[in-house]
Amino acid sequence: MITVEGVTRKYGHFTAVDDVSFTAEAGRVTGFLGPNGAGKSTTMRVMVGLTRATSGTVTISGRHYIDLPNPGLEVGVLLDASAQHAGRTGREILTIAQLFMGLPRHRVEEMLDVVSLTPTEASRRVGNYSLGMRQRLGIATALIGDPEVLILDEPANGLDPAGIRWMRDLLRGYADRGGTVLLSSHLLHEIEVIADDIVMIGNGKIVSQGTKTELLHAVGTVVRAGDLIPLQRGLAELGIATTVSEDGVLRTDVDPALVGKVALETGVALTELRAADAGLEDMFLELTATSQRDGATA
Amino acid sequence: MTAIPADSARTPVPAIHRVPLTRVVKVELRKMFDTRSGFWLIASIAISAVLATGGVILWAPDGELTYSTFATAIRFPVVIILPLIAILAVTSEWSQRTGLTTFTLIPHRSRIITAKAISAVLIAIGAMVLTFVVGALGNLVGAAVTGTSPVWDVTITQCLYYVLGMILSLLIGFTLGVLLRSSTGAIVAYFILTFLVPTAFGLLATSQQWFRDLQPWVDIQFSQSGLFVFEKSLTGEQWANIAVTGVTWLLLPLAVGLVFVMRAEVK
Repeated sequence: MITVEGVTRKYGHFTAVDDVSFTAEAGRVTGFLGPNGAGKSTTMRVMVGLTRATSGTVTISGRHYIDLPNPGLEVGVLLDASAQHAGRTGREILTIAQLFMGLPRHRVEEMLDVVSLTPTEASRRVGNYSLGMRQRLGIATALIGDPEVLILDEPANGLDPAGIRWMRDLLRGYADRGGTVLLSSHLLHEIEVIADDIVMIGNGKIVSQGTKTELLHAVGTVVRAGDLIPLQRGLAELGIATTVSEDGVLRTDVDPALVGKVALETGVALTELRAADAGLEDMFLELTATSQRDGATA
Repeated sequence: MTAIPADSARTPVPAIHRVPLTRVVKVELRKMFDTRSGFWLIASIAISAVLATGGVILWAPDGELTYSTFATAIRFPVVIILPLIAILAVTSEWSQRTGLTTFTLIPHRSRIITAKAISAVLIAIGAMVLTFVVGALGNLVGAAVTGTSPVWDVTITQCLYYVLGMILSLLIGFTLGVLLRSSTGAIVAYFILTFLVPTAFGLLATSQQWFRDLQPWVDIQFSQSGLFVFEKSLTGEQWANIAVTGVTWLLLPLAVGLVFVMRAEVK
């Protein structure tokens, strides 16, 4: 479990991370979502002690990262897959991690196999790797100590669709076995598919957090029907506000089950009834509109 | 795509112990050899030692074919290469951004810096042993070629002086690496410090009488030069010169650099 409490990081007058608090629970995948420059990476660097917080603390299973005797065995970290010595081979980079952690030698070949790097690829220098291969190597480095907590910054970057699918299954499996997984991304779809809990950050501040279902649930219901008037009246009798757009779509804040029940009682034949999950993307763009570089597009 | 074998994830980890410093030193030592540039830098010590020895046999006057001539000739390339190894060992964590992994696996940065210092000194000692062996072989070969008996004009104490001098040169590189944390910056600064500054001090000393007496207390190269001449033992004042210049050029900048290394953001 990762507990972030009131973390603030200032650079002069600029506040990169502003009073961020959240928890990444064991057995769950927590998605850390935000546009570029929102403070995701800075927060993650604070977690592992690479950046000092101006104020606030982070604990991992109740302890500060710096107090972990052999951190690689407890926390798997991948912050930037490109941050490797271009002159080392992939296998050598993994061997260094294995030696630091004091793991048996065979773990290196095992992990190369887990991340699907062939022996030939592993013998090449990282300078010749594609971003996807570096990403796999980085994930191997994070996993080699078999840690209970994973902290991954943009791990899906540069992976091909099959690779993204593979990583999703891998992280899901990790969480299902009781591990804590925190991954950041600006790839909304990726987070939407994999995360159980979502923490959204914009301009260094948390703009929204909760379980994925909670966040999606809050949006309401979308209904289409041949004749919307009786349904609208029925809902109004229950004190439920509705809006009907010009293209004949009724929207309301309550959940679809209730709307369906009212439709049945009022005898309206529905042509469409669904939760108004405009998708996390709309929500993401809406919530972070002020911090978006390209302005609000939602 | 391979699925994770069920038994390879979640193997029960025995009680977790603090990573011992010996292990950190071993890994840091390995990291000095395992890149192409690192490997050739270290290999170049052996190569230049052999070349310098060959040069002495070929071109030195027969009367000067003594062990001290060989050791002195080998010193010049080695004294330049060793500090470069120390510089890169430190700066590559920032220049190549490997620090992101290193300082995550060993979060106490002082342990990494200590391990790097120890492994750099170990490499210096290894290079010195190599230098003495190559020099000795050169001396034997040289004597065989000229048909004379080899001259061993160096004492063990003088050898130890020589090793100390080399380690101090290496530590200058190490200090610059810690202070600047940039490969290019530290290497340029090293060459300025070893070639430009001593020349400037030398010119100042010849033109200004007041500086001539001061030079041994200010100029680290000048104060250490006694360590490399296989002639006489050092006087107490010369040791004091080495100590004073060591504190001002090595310890103080190193202390400042360490403060920054401990606090700096690794990104």
